Amino acid sequence: MAGSSSSSIMDNLFQRTLDDLIKSMRLHLLTESSLISKSIEDIRREIKSTDPQTKSTALQKLTYLSAIHGVDMSWAAFHVVEVMSSSYFSHKRIGYHSASISFHDQTPVILLITNQLRKDLSSTNHFHVSLALHCLSNIATLDLARDLTPDLFNLLSSSRVFVRNRAIAVVLRVFDKYPDAVRVCFKRLVENLESSDPQVVTAVVGVFCELSCKDPRSYLPLAPEFYRILVDSKNNWVLIKVLKIFARLAPLEPRLGKRIVEPICEHIRRSGAKSLVFECVRTVITSLSDHESAVKLAVSKVRELLVDQDPNLRYLGLHALSVAAPKHLWAVLENKDAVVKSLDDEDSNIKIESLKLLMVMVSESNVVEISRVLLNYALKSDPEFCNEILGSILTTCGRNVYEIVVDFDWYVSLLGEMATIPHCQKGEEIEHQLTDIGMRVKDARLQLVRVARDLLIDPALLGNVYLHRILCASAWVVGEYIQLASDPLELIDALVQPRANLLPPSIRAVYINSVLKVLSFCLDCYINQDEDTAASYGNSEMFVVKKDSEAPELVATCEGSTYEQDEGFNPRHSTAESSDDLSVENDTDRVTHFSKRKFTHETVVSLLNRIESIFGSLTANQDVEVLERARNILAFVQLIKAEIIDNSGQNLGEKYTQVSTVIKSIRHAFSMELGPVSISAQGRVAVPDGLVLKENLDDLKAICGGDIEPPSSSTFYTGGPQFGTTLDGSSSNLLKNAESGPSNESTSLLEHRKRHGLYYLASDKSETFTDDYPPANDPKSNSNEADELAKLTEQSLLLKKRTNQMKSRPVVVKLDDGDVAPIPYKRPEPRDNSLSGAIKDVLLGSETHPSLSLDKSSTKRKGKKKQGTDIPSEMKENLGDAEKLDPENPNSSSKNKERRRRGKEKIVEGGESDQRGKKKSSHRHGRHKTHQRANSPLNVVSQTPVIPDFLL
Amino acid sequence: MGIRFVLMVNKQGQTRLAQYYEYLTVEERRTLEGEIVRKCLARNEHQCSFVEHRNYRIVYRRYASLFFLVGVDDGENELAILEFIHLLVETMDRHFGNVCELDIMFHLEKVHFMLEEMVMNGCIVETSKANILTPIQLMDKTS
Repeated sequence: MAGSSSSSIMDNLFQRTLDDLIKSMRLHLLTESSLISKSIEDIRREIKSTDPQTKSTALQKLTYLSAIHGVDMSWAAFHVVEVMSSSYFSHKRIGYHSASISFHDQTPVILLITNQLRKDLSSTNHFHVSLALHCLSNIATLDLARDLTPDLFNLLSSSRVFVRNRAIAVVLRVFDKYPDAVRVCFKRLVENLESSDPQVVTAVVGVFCELSCKDPRSYLPLAPEFYRILVDSKNNWVLIKVLKIFARLAPLEPRLGKRIVEPICEHIRRSGAKSLVFECVRTVITSLSDHESAVKLAVSKVRELLVDQDPNLRYLGLHALSVAAPKHLWAVLENKDAVVKSLDDEDSNIKIESLKLLMVMVSESNVVEISRVLLNYALKSDPEFCNEILGSILTTCGRNVYEIVVDFDWYVSLLGEMATIPHCQKGEEIEHQLTDIGMRVKDARLQLVRVARDLLIDPALLGNVYLHRILCASAWVVGEYIQLASDPLELIDALVQPRANLLPPSIRAVYINSVLKVLSFCLDCYINQDEDTAASYGNSEMFVVKKDSEAPELVATCEGSTYEQDEGFNPRHSTAESSDDLSVENDTDRVTHFSKRKFTHETVVSLLNRIESIFGSLTANQDVEVLERARNILAFVQLIKAEIIDNSGQNLGEKYTQVSTVIKSIRHAFSMELGPVSISAQGRVAVPDGLVLKENLDDLKAICGGDIEPPSSSTFYTGGPQFGTTLDGSSSNLLKNAESGPSNESTSLLEHRKRHGLYYLASDKSETFTDDYPPANDPKSNSNEADELAKLTEQSLLLKKRTNQMKSRPVVVKLDDGDVAPIPYKRPEPRDNSLSGAIKDVLLGSETHPSLSLDKSSTKRKGKKKQGTDIPSEMKENLGDAEKLDPENPNSSSKNKERRRRGKEKIVEGGESDQRGKKKSSHRHGRHKTHQRANSPLNVVSQTPVIPDFLL
Repeated sequence: MGIRFVLMVNKQGQTRLAQYYEYLTVEERRTLEGEIVRKCLARNEHQCSFVEHRNYRIVYRRYASLFFLVGVDDGENELAILEFIHLLVETMDRHFGNVCELDIMFHLEKVHFMLEEMVMNGCIVETSKANILTPIQLMDKTS
């Protein structure tokens, strides 16, 4: 069309160049996005032009916009191919550059460039070759790599260094995409290691450095070449790469370490280049840790880094120490001062590095000291780092069920202190540890209650959202272990303080539940003390006078009775208690101070009144949890208040009969001790007969609606059937609620159990409890509880043995199996791919040959020189036919390769690694795989004698 | 792969050059660049030049108004990368003479070319300034 040709001329004349585009962008005449969209419009038109100049300029602009402004250019892929095929170098360059930027494995037109690349790869103009190589290194796909391997092979021995070292670098990508290329190219790659040209050596060492990441063992036979470079090379870049290779090889072959340690130390001493010295240090620390003098030298270098002015070097020094830490803790301890000093560094990265190191240093003996130091730093540092510190203290101390904590009183106080740090945002973790310690460590409970009290009575803390979870745990702790509290009334005040309405409903509900626990405890004590005094003095006034001396006993009896009743109440529980009798007595001893507070009739009545008025307002609360619990408390208070007030003047001997039964029953409900629950506990519960688990949940209603009593209630009622008879309707309601009290989420948990009990029991052990608090000893698991308890006591006994070595550490309840899911240190499976298999094949082909024919491979080892020539001779045979192959016909070539490989397998089988099975092109190797599996035992034999004696 | 990407960013956070040695989609690149630039530009000169981000370790250095950011694998020698950045700057300086941000903007292709000479597949293949610049000078002469 005439119009289009004329417009293309116009385009050509008035086309804006890339420079124009950049200039107009800088002028900000239009907003960036509108300018870009306008330019794209132009480009779309210009790129269709038949004039190569216009087209390539358009592509150049598009590439620029794509690279800098992230504009999509996938639509122009075909034009890229067109520009690539231009014969002008400047156009071609634009095309190749855009291809390397925009093409990827899924680009469809990538199939079209194979021939263009081949043409350019064999061009006499080495700039064209270089363009093609660069492009290939960026975008090579499996197909491209396979089809161009022969061309690459030729370039690997090109006389033009400029081309050769690029070809070497491309090999890396080609091997990655098409492992079979190894069979063709590997020998020439190895030959280049001996090149006298420094550029080539740089490139080839770089390639081997990357290759050896994946499967270092395959490259052990090349150690002599690398060694030569390590000793001879003057180029620091090359030396660093070689050191990296040795760092991977040395752990595989102890003899290698002996050999390289001296040259490396020499570099450390002599070299002025910090990068090289650092690399040497790192190599020594990671891979040559058996060589004491070398490690000492390396650590002394690290010390220099730690005190350097340059933050980079300080950072790297710390980094090196953390690498050294697992094997050479002394190196870290030696530099402790510098590490602690770095906590104050201006740079957060350095601070975090030093924090990590400090955490590595922590042990039973210094945990107190280090935590103190860290907490001081946390107080004055910025919020982010503060929480970093708190987080690491919590993780370190909590590891393996508080392994390193000996003094739990100290640790609990520390947790409390953390909570009061203004920036603290670790509420969740602290919450978990507070409750967890409560359940696991009996001896820590007294301190725990004290700490919880201090947190609860501080009204300021309620304003901090991050602390709510901690307050939640505190409320639970004081409710659960109220018998250890010095002043229960004060705690009730704290729990019902007006600012508590700042809490979210879920935590409010925990507060309310704790109020119920504390209240029932107070009333229980009050009634017991009344009864006691009634028996001995017959007069309540007398009691008040005598109280100070009497009270400890009171508490003791109060506790004693609780436990007594437990026995009839729940047999399995009492077995647990009997093993812990000692500590129970201990506890009661420690509660002597409780006597300071007296429960007179007046205090109790005013307490009840206060609770009634406060919770009265909560009955209008929106949240069901809060509402229901508040109502329960109210009902309870109203039930007993009347009688307590009425009975004030009567004879003490007969009063409160009804009230005391109610209160006692509630106390019973709360008295059962909560223990930690194993993650897999649920899985151990046998599935009841006739329970269908896999059924569609649609009929959930039908099943649940079938009035299934919550299992817990049956256990409860068997303990005290008389309650059911003596109580009226409302109080039995209350009882039901109370029995599930120990697990704070009364209704929701009941519901939860009901459902989970029915539906999720059979799920495997991975089932975890996600409740805020571990649920109470689930009655459902009764059947298995006995064994669990037996195991549990065994555990505690074992633990006790350990404690006599130093200051006695309280018993920490651990469950036998992963209640903290054990994190086994798993060495990551070497993600070998077919590449390493191919390389082993090529490199070890000649090695394994003798090992198969005669098993005395080590005696047959040849000297270093011999070895070097050995590989090529074997290789040449293979390469011989590789060269004969017709490169034009990939089909026949692949078939040929397959044949060759099978032929080779007969000799080498052992050298093959199993990972070969994962080959991308596995469909072609089906037969090969089965073949290999059958031979797998051979692998073991031939894997061992990998490194020959040539190094020694 | 040693080097995963090379970025040049001015102190306003605008990308001036981006070279990746692994394929990322345009969106991935933009988010990555955004995150890294935010992280690195906030740091001052008394802080160290190494930042960890995702699974990269970023080594950066500031020259006048331009930041050079290189993303490397864990385990790469950080000091060597700093030297590499310096080498790149020196090479550009030799070519452009007192190189500045504008040179890079208007001669992006040449800078890419230099980078290509120095790095292939994430491996540093050439460290001699003369060798790096020879092809570019040849091309300048012919065009």
